Amino acid sequence: MDKAKVKSKSNLMNRLGSLAALLVLCVILAFATPNFLTQSNIMNIFKQTSVNALISTGMLVCLITAGIDLSVGANAIFCTCIMGMLLQRGVTNPFLMILAGVLAGVLVGFINGTLLTRLDLPHPFVSTLGMKNVLWGMALVVVNSQIVSGFPAQVTWLGSATLPNRIPILGGFPVSFLLVIVIFAVMGVFLSKTSLGRSIYCVGGNAEAARLSGIRSANVLTFCYTLSGFMSALAAIVLIGRGGIANGANATQPYDTDAIAACIIGGASFNGGKGTMSGTLIGALIITVIRNGLQLLSVSTAVQNIVIGLVIILAVLIDVTREKMEAKARRLAAA
Amino acid sequence: MSEYVVELKDATKRFPGVVALKNMSLSVKPGEILGLIGENGAGKSTLIKVLTGVHQADEGKICVNGEEQHFRNPNDSAAAGIACVYQELNIEKLLSVTDNIFINKWIRKKSGLLDYHAMHKQAKEVMASLGIDIDPAKAAGTLGMGVQQMIEIAKAILIDAKMIIMDEPTSSLGEKEVEQLMKICRKLRDRNISIVFVSHKLEELFELCDRVTVMRDGEHIWTKEIDQTDNDDLITAMVGRSMDKQFIKEFGQKGEATLMVENLKEGGVLFDVSFEAYAGQILGFAGLVGAGRTETMRAIFGADPIDSGKIYIHGKEVKINSPRQAIKNGIAFLTEDRKGQGLVLAQSVQMNLILANLSGFSDGPFLNQKKIEETGAANISALRIKTPSQLEVAGQLSGGNQQKVVIGKWINSDADIFIFDEPTRGIDVGAKVEVYNVMNSLVKAGKCVIMISSEMPEILGMSDRVVVMRSGSVMATMDRDSKHFNEEDIMKAAWGGKVDG
Repeated sequence: MDKAKVKSKSNLMNRLGSLAALLVLCVILAFATPNFLTQSNIMNIFKQTSVNALISTGMLVCLITAGIDLSVGANAIFCTCIMGMLLQRGVTNPFLMILAGVLAGVLVGFINGTLLTRLDLPHPFVSTLGMKNVLWGMALVVVNSQIVSGFPAQVTWLGSATLPNRIPILGGFPVSFLLVIVIFAVMGVFLSKTSLGRSIYCVGGNAEAARLSGIRSANVLTFCYTLSGFMSALAAIVLIGRGGIANGANATQPYDTDAIAACIIGGASFNGGKGTMSGTLIGALIITVIRNGLQLLSVSTAVQNIVIGLVIILAVLIDVTREKMEAKARRLAAA
Repeated sequence: MSEYVVELKDATKRFPGVVALKNMSLSVKPGEILGLIGENGAGKSTLIKVLTGVHQADEGKICVNGEEQHFRNPNDSAAAGIACVYQELNIEKLLSVTDNIFINKWIRKKSGLLDYHAMHKQAKEVMASLGIDIDPAKAAGTLGMGVQQMIEIAKAILIDAKMIIMDEPTSSLGEKEVEQLMKICRKLRDRNISIVFVSHKLEELFELCDRVTVMRDGEHIWTKEIDQTDNDDLITAMVGRSMDKQFIKEFGQKGEATLMVENLKEGGVLFDVSFEAYAGQILGFAGLVGAGRTETMRAIFGADPIDSGKIYIHGKEVKINSPRQAIKNGIAFLTEDRKGQGLVLAQSVQMNLILANLSGFSDGPFLNQKKIEETGAANISALRIKTPSQLEVAGQLSGGNQQKVVIGKWINSDADIFIFDEPTRGIDVGAKVEVYNVMNSLVKAGKCVIMISSEMPEILGMSDRVVVMRSGSVMATMDRDSKHFNEEDIMKAAWGGKVDG
């Protein structure tokens, strides 16, 4: 039973490792700037993390299948623009607006999945890269390249509302991050405790073995990309709430790479079969904390990007090194 | 000078757990075509790899023109004049014929840039000398298999090979291409280039070769002039192997024909395959590698589409279009390629054990963790899977234990028909016996077992009936108590000969 203990210990270490990195980061920033550890800034961090965390959820599911969804960011912006288009056309029913946005996102995800599984495009990198550009253009087309504002309060509520200030400690906590917590809890159970969730890992680990074991690999993959589309749509609703606008030009923001970074820092791998919701949440928080802290320290965006880039490389490097050491330990134990 | 251009003397090559070559000798005269035959696993591939420097023999020596050579790698062997056309061609399909021929031997201009003018010219010439007139700037992948093979031969000619080994060169060729290849072989012989011709087709050996060498269990059996031997002589030499393995066959009660297959057809792969498999019996599938046995089973399992044919299970016709439907119909299929098709290596032993029956281990959408753990523990003790825990990833287990996990997976799928494709390949003797025990207990429980095996002792030791396949067709079916249930008759059928009576 010794090896099993080593194994579960290393899993725990993995998660504790990134959590510890997050805490160390916070401690350093707390000393570096007095503005970091204030109530309002902490709530800010949660607010700033919501969109990336939601998008990362979809990205993680795709990464687990050894795929990728590069269209997540453009899809989210496309969804905001679909809602903006309705507003331009005089639709003000918030329910219709949200429904349209969610349907658009889900449909795009379903198309991504179908391209991969039914039309046998070689790797989702290509199809979702194409989809990203299509959506960028479509986002601008549907709103005639205009910036749309004036969304009804019910639509902006999710992205802008906070818990009332009279609640101790949690006063000002963004509703959008409550959504993130709910989604991550549900997804965590889904991935680890349901047969479909486990199937996703198995398809990612070996699609052919899964198919020959009676798992409908193609359907599982399509589901993953559809789920990613749904998460982009949720992110779109939060985005509208935060900015109050729908702007097609935002489709070029690095939503996709931020999401990939969050997943990778959280322990996911491009080879598939790996990654957890908790790790991804910590990854998303690490990215926001670095951005937020450096901003407070008045470090330029350029330097912020350099730091984020180095953190991604470092995270993967640590991961690879740890795996090598584990493999070596196993060899020694076996010898 | 020696009488032989290439001589391998007393070569022994050991791999962990097996001796692939035992004092093997092979002598090739200048300008002759030497046939080399042996059963699956007789050691032909290892022999080729030793001659081409891919493997180094533990004992023995290689002489070229009487001089002892030490091949550290394939480059050394090529420099000494030994070339090989492998069954799986080394062709870069997207590059031109010229690029393929001159890979690593580029002709350069004084400027250092590649001289395509000169290379195209030479490529065209050498291909023309092989009787093939093509534009050498064309991508190799657009040409037929026969031409691609000629590109490999052209490479050999360009390095001034004294001897070319051809490993089952006709297996992927059509009739006309085979004729063309034989013509080229004779031409090369006239140019004093020796050829070692490895083939599973006896008629080709008789048509082409000057002498033939038989090997069995890694040993040289004999070498004879081709007119000193015949079909039966060759087959007897190939099969006369010792039964050194223990088979504890147990018999079940023969029941209904659980699985009936009628006229299964798959374009160019399967030709009217029909057979039935009974409950309480092991049906062995014998044949050479590539005879279509795995393809037959994949077709039945819905892993590959078929053109036509009928499948009956428990007497009822069923339509199977996917592995999922096959599993629902009670079929389990233990694939030959354990790592590629059987296991999710990065997942736990526990997860792999339930993979073929997720719905059986779920309550609604949720996995029944308690049932999964109990089953995992039961499988591990019943099959004696050596693993530190059921949460260990499958990739960490040894080959034999991985195989037991795959077996456990299918036992958990509640199947009636168990198809085992080369179930004991690459696992140690102890694990083999345990796999046989599993098959024994399955037939005793009235299940229907089908076992594909390329190991003759295994086929003879474990089967109640044997189906022999060759080139996508069923050649013969033998009951255990028939007088044809012996190694020679099975081999005859597998090699395309007639079985009397």
